[in-house]
Amino acid sequence: MNFRAVRAIYIFEMARTLRTLLQSIISPVISTSLYFVVFGAAIGSRISEIDGVKYGAFIVPGLIMLMLLTQSIANASFGIFFPKFSGTIYELLSAPLSFVEMVLGFVGAAATKSIILGLIILATASLFVPITIVHPIFMLAFLILTAVSFSLLGFIIGIWADRFEKLQVVPLLLITPLTFLGGSFYSINILPPVWRTVTLFNPVVYLISGFRWSFFGKADVNIGASLGATFLFLFVCLIVVWRMFATGYRLKV
Amino acid sequence: MPPIISVSNLSKTYASGFCALKNINLDIRAGEILALLGPNGAGKTTLIGIICGIVNPSEGRVSVEGHDIVKDYRVTRSMIGLVPQELTTDAFESVWSAVTFSRRLFGRRDDPALIERILRDLSLFDKRNSEIRTLSGGMKRRILIAKALSHEPRILFLDEPTAGVDIELRKDMWQIVASLRASGVTIILTTHYIEEAEAIADRIGIIDKGELILVEDKTVLMQKLGKKQLIVHLREKLEALPSNLAVYDLVLAEDGRSLTYTYTTGHDGRSVMALLEDIAAAAIEFSDITTRESRLEDIFVQLVRQRK
Repeated sequence: MNFRAVRAIYIFEMARTLRTLLQSIISPVISTSLYFVVFGAAIGSRISEIDGVKYGAFIVPGLIMLMLLTQSIANASFGIFFPKFSGTIYELLSAPLSFVEMVLGFVGAAATKSIILGLIILATASLFVPITIVHPIFMLAFLILTAVSFSLLGFIIGIWADRFEKLQVVPLLLITPLTFLGGSFYSINILPPVWRTVTLFNPVVYLISGFRWSFFGKADVNIGASLGATFLFLFVCLIVVWRMFATGYRLKV
Repeated sequence: MPPIISVSNLSKTYASGFCALKNINLDIRAGEILALLGPNGAGKTTLIGIICGIVNPSEGRVSVEGHDIVKDYRVTRSMIGLVPQELTTDAFESVWSAVTFSRRLFGRRDDPALIERILRDLSLFDKRNSEIRTLSGGMKRRILIAKALSHEPRILFLDEPTAGVDIELRKDMWQIVASLRASGVTIILTTHYIEEAEAIADRIGIIDKGELILVEDKTVLMQKLGKKQLIVHLREKLEALPSNLAVYDLVLAEDGRSLTYTYTTGHDGRSVMALLEDIAAAAIEFSDITTRESRLEDIFVQLVRQRK
């Protein structure tokens, strides 16, 4: 195992975050605060409680998940896309690196950034509403698993993309809508039965529900299903990344 | 002595159907400088890309010190440094951190003394804290070399290292290459500057349309395919060649004022003496004699033209 290379990529990627602090950390925090003001304060004042949880607190897990998914994808996709775009990928491909090591470096850094961001958003939210976390270990587990899984998805997107525009396609056209429709700001139990059934095909529902359960002990779907869906997604992403490296898809010609 | 790199039956066909390499067989000797020459699109960069792990081969095998580049990629890549053709660097990194990053990628422990020495050798030490984007093209080229040398490779691939570089820097590069070779590094370089290959290479390989036309020691190649011309400038105009000179491959200039005799570089010179004696015997007076020797460039052009 080439640990020095893993560490080098990890440090390099983390240093990039520090160089772009405004874009990487401050911008998502401001966006989340705005969501919180609009949904929590404006709309929340008309909705008292959902499942016995104050609306302001209820949306916190969904907000964190929204940022976690979009930022994990953005960080990881840019991390691998930029060397492809600039041509410096030659150095990674000609180094004695396995795909596991490369993924550990890039995805590890992207997930770390997202987790830090998630915790910052949690801290920011706690300034607006009192938050108690019923299952803190599960909360951290969901946070880490989701960050890693979606960083892997971002890594896949970064390899697939051959233009900057494509980096935005999946997050904008797929992930954000799925997150908004996956119960970020509401419980899917308030939907009519037909739409609730349709919503169950949205994988993000399971992530948000599980994450919210870790906060309040209440979930829209079974916690086992949430964990299972998260692991399944992680597994599928790993398989896809492995195939990409095995075939050299859009990495090697 | 077994070759340090052995390429066997290597072919590469891209997804578009373009065949970039056709059944390449090549042995590279340890410690030599091999110059790969060829027109644009000949397949030089593809060959280097396959050996370094950037391009997937379609067929064939490459081994480095007996290790297969696919199965034992960690071993083979650890031995190889690559300076790519394009100026591809991380614009926002400092010179020092970019070179250190390269060393770490190859699993090597940090060695500030070594990095300092490399940067000093390449006249980059004063710029060690500068962001790469602020440096000139020549400096960026040196950074690529520093990055390639940072893990102390035993084999160095230089893909057109002096493209777009001024003559002073080019000569600096030649010196760097010479000192690397002196330290035992095997160097494979591609270049469009044939005088560069002529100046520093031990062997020359010529690739054209994906085929390796020849690989030969430079001096042997020059002797075998090089031409010399002896031009005899005459005192008086000559209307036709005398019969005693018909045995020579002589060309009489249109103005009748000079005779040109072409012979191979490896020639022992006896025919030159005989020719001059026969010219004197024919009572032809000459005022001057000049010679012209073909360069590697002429040989290269001749070989590539023959294939067309």
